[in-house]
Amino acid sequence: MLRFILRRLGVSALILFLGSVFLFFITVLSGDPLEDLRESRERTAPQQMEARIRNMNLNEPWYVRYWIWLTGVARCVTLNCDLGTDSRGADIGTALVNAAGSTLRLVTLATILAIIIGVTLGILAAIRQYSGFDYAVTFAAFLFFSLPVFWVAVLLKEYGAIRFNNWIADPAISLTATIVIALLVAFTLASLLGGDMRRRLVTGGVSAVVAFAAITYFDSVGWWRQPALGLPLIILVAAAAGILLTYVAVGRSNRKIFYAALTTVAAGAVGWFVFNGWIVTPTYPLLLLMFGISIVAAIVIGWFWGGWDRNIAIWVSIGTATAFAFATALDQLLRNWGPFLERKPRPISTIGSGSPNFSGPFWTGVWDWGVQLILPTIVLTVISLAGYSRYTRASMLETIRQDYVRTARSKGLSERVVISKHALRNALIPITTIVAFDFAGLIGGAVVTETVFGWKGMGAMFQEGLQRVDPGPVMAFYLVTGTAAVFMNMMADIAYAFLDPRIRT
Amino acid sequence: MPDNDQPELPGSGKERLSPIPDPHDPGSVQHRETAVAGEEFSVEKQIDLTQKSYSQGELIRRRFFHHRGAMISLGFLLFITLMAVSSIGYGFIPGWWPKDYTVTSTVTDGGRPSLSLFPPVWGEQPFGQDDVGKDYFALTMRGTQRSLTIAFTVGILTTLLGTVIGAIAGYFRGWVEAILMRITDLFIVIPLLVLAAVLGQSSGGGIWPLAIMLSLVSWTGLARLVRGEVLSLREREFVTAAEAIGTSPWRIIFKHILPNTMGTIIVSATLTIATVILLESALSFLGFGVKAPDTSLGLLISTYQNSFTVRPWLFWWPGLIILGIALSVNFLGDGLRDAFDPRQSRSSD
Repeated sequence: MLRFILRRLGVSALILFLGSVFLFFITVLSGDPLEDLRESRERTAPQQMEARIRNMNLNEPWYVRYWIWLTGVARCVTLNCDLGTDSRGADIGTALVNAAGSTLRLVTLATILAIIIGVTLGILAAIRQYSGFDYAVTFAAFLFFSLPVFWVAVLLKEYGAIRFNNWIADPAISLTATIVIALLVAFTLASLLGGDMRRRLVTGGVSAVVAFAAITYFDSVGWWRQPALGLPLIILVAAAAGILLTYVAVGRSNRKIFYAALTTVAAGAVGWFVFNGWIVTPTYPLLLLMFGISIVAAIVIGWFWGGWDRNIAIWVSIGTATAFAFATALDQLLRNWGPFLERKPRPISTIGSGSPNFSGPFWTGVWDWGVQLILPTIVLTVISLAGYSRYTRASMLETIRQDYVRTARSKGLSERVVISKHALRNALIPITTIVAFDFAGLIGGAVVTETVFGWKGMGAMFQEGLQRVDPGPVMAFYLVTGTAAVFMNMMADIAYAFLDPRIRT
Repeated sequence: MPDNDQPELPGSGKERLSPIPDPHDPGSVQHRETAVAGEEFSVEKQIDLTQKSYSQGELIRRRFFHHRGAMISLGFLLFITLMAVSSIGYGFIPGWWPKDYTVTSTVTDGGRPSLSLFPPVWGEQPFGQDDVGKDYFALTMRGTQRSLTIAFTVGILTTLLGTVIGAIAGYFRGWVEAILMRITDLFIVIPLLVLAAVLGQSSGGGIWPLAIMLSLVSWTGLARLVRGEVLSLREREFVTAAEAIGTSPWRIIFKHILPNTMGTIIVSATLTIATVILLESALSFLGFGVKAPDTSLGLLISTYQNSFTVRPWLFWWPGLIILGIALSVNFLGDGLRDAFDPRQSRSSD
């Protein structure tokens, strides 16, 4: 396994190097960096030209300039990077540090969300082939495939930011909107859960009533401005996650795993009281510490309940504990939505990745950058979700038709075991290979999205650099995104080897 | 009563050694089979010889023309193309729309579009006017024309390049294959959009250089697909047979192998066109694609994105046309895939 990883790493480094030579060359070739000054009638134009030639080493041929850049980058080994100066003489390294953070945050979040949601939708669509849900997912995937990124981004900026800000000032949901939402929920759940006509009608009816009641209740208590979950809902969410995980992993019959999950929820509730002070006013290290404690507690609980199924019990407990932790964080975030609105009456600004000089308690600070992340993340997720759901559906359908799945069914295994143990793992193998390509696509998408939402991220850096025919910023962009892509590719390869033992050589 | 388990006596004429069943013995194995074969218990499908039988090509064509989504998409695509070409004309061919996309005029009714579906009114400015009074219908049609030209040029060039390189890589292996695979790896570290942006910048804003540059970056996907198909086809018996009688490699590639990969190539070419429409508009939006004074759908959105709150139609029309073209091309590709390879479509279940 180690040799496999090392070999992949070597190949990746080589490609990264060749790519950098190629990109540097075509960037230098793409235009004349002094064009605007040549046409300029300013008196200082010759001095400016002089300065620009000095900043960009324009007197050297391109390979010497590349060599200067490469030796600067090579000094990163001693943590002393020198990425050179851009055409105006500003240091690229400092600009890069600020830009990289916001872009990588955006792209990573979008990738993870797209994989989780897309793969889930694909599996559900494949299991319920030719149902209303399948057709809806297929059509949505085609629609998302065909959407121009920038167009969606501008639309979301209008409706998700400007109109939402207007709405949140005095939030109210009309009766028609409530009914439409309730019907949508009902239709989705009914076609998802399947069954005969009567069962579908019952599922749809019940979920419509519940959704309608929930929205009306939220509306009447002013939940949109003062939302919260509260401990009972947190426990409910975590318990639901635990039961779902137990069901997927071993089925309803195995009580031990089930009890392990429930004990984890109980321990979480105790922890909630013990650490309440930290939870309300945390810092990032404290949050990490608490998360670590809950994971350790989950492992211990899984260990003691597990017996013969110790491994599964531990994994289910960890999953449940993670769900509990996220529900708690969500609860705190929601509680601080009101205070955040007081500090920032129009919460989603259309420009930038966070408001400068924002001050407030920890969780409102999280809202400040988190709320800016929502719209770009939605854009990127929606676009790459389509690919994942289509590929997963096709791959799942292919796997379900295999002989070993028919064998599994014919020897009387339950549908749950057939799908989760025999079909799913094999269907996921081809998906890992598209992760790498998709990540590259997402970075391209991020360039466009950042332009629309006015982020000072990597995308803006690349775009400005290219417009000035300045290889410095372009190569800095490449350095970060290329390395990130290689890293993602590695993760995908390891996941591949983990899922498919045949290639662990 | 003779014992049935005992073999018949030799010479009695009932040893059952003859391959021809005894017509008078209803219990013989052969007799039972021949009696059942033609009846309803057969596992063979009954072939209705009264119906017309179709060739491979006819079957594909029939499947394609019966695909409702693909047909609607084809209709829409033809409609958009005809509209774009006939309304403002192409080159020296005059169009039926009287207004020119470069001419400014007085803004009437705040530039609001005069098109309405109910009651159906076409009006003076069906798509409205922009802030200097240019007719937006003519402008959008010009943009559509340019975007479609680029997309189809890139589609054709990419298909040619990708097919030839993929076939060479798959048939001869060796260094061509190695280079192809390394170039594919390159696209993992340099996103397609970034590479296209750098090349688009050097093309200087004209549509023909841009189309050539975009073709240079978008052929790898098809080349990989074709290579995969060729790799498996070259091991087949008909290729061995052709090699045995001394057919030249190029003849094998073009006459024996590539016709068998036609389905993959056509489907992939369609999907490339959809990708290129989106890629070109994204590039023009960023400022690295088509540049003013020429126009394209992406450039139109980029130019007018800030007037969304005052003149939303300047934003909606080009966006909806891009979406419509990309969506219909994708559905067309799906229909073609079903026609060539009906395994995944419902009709075969």
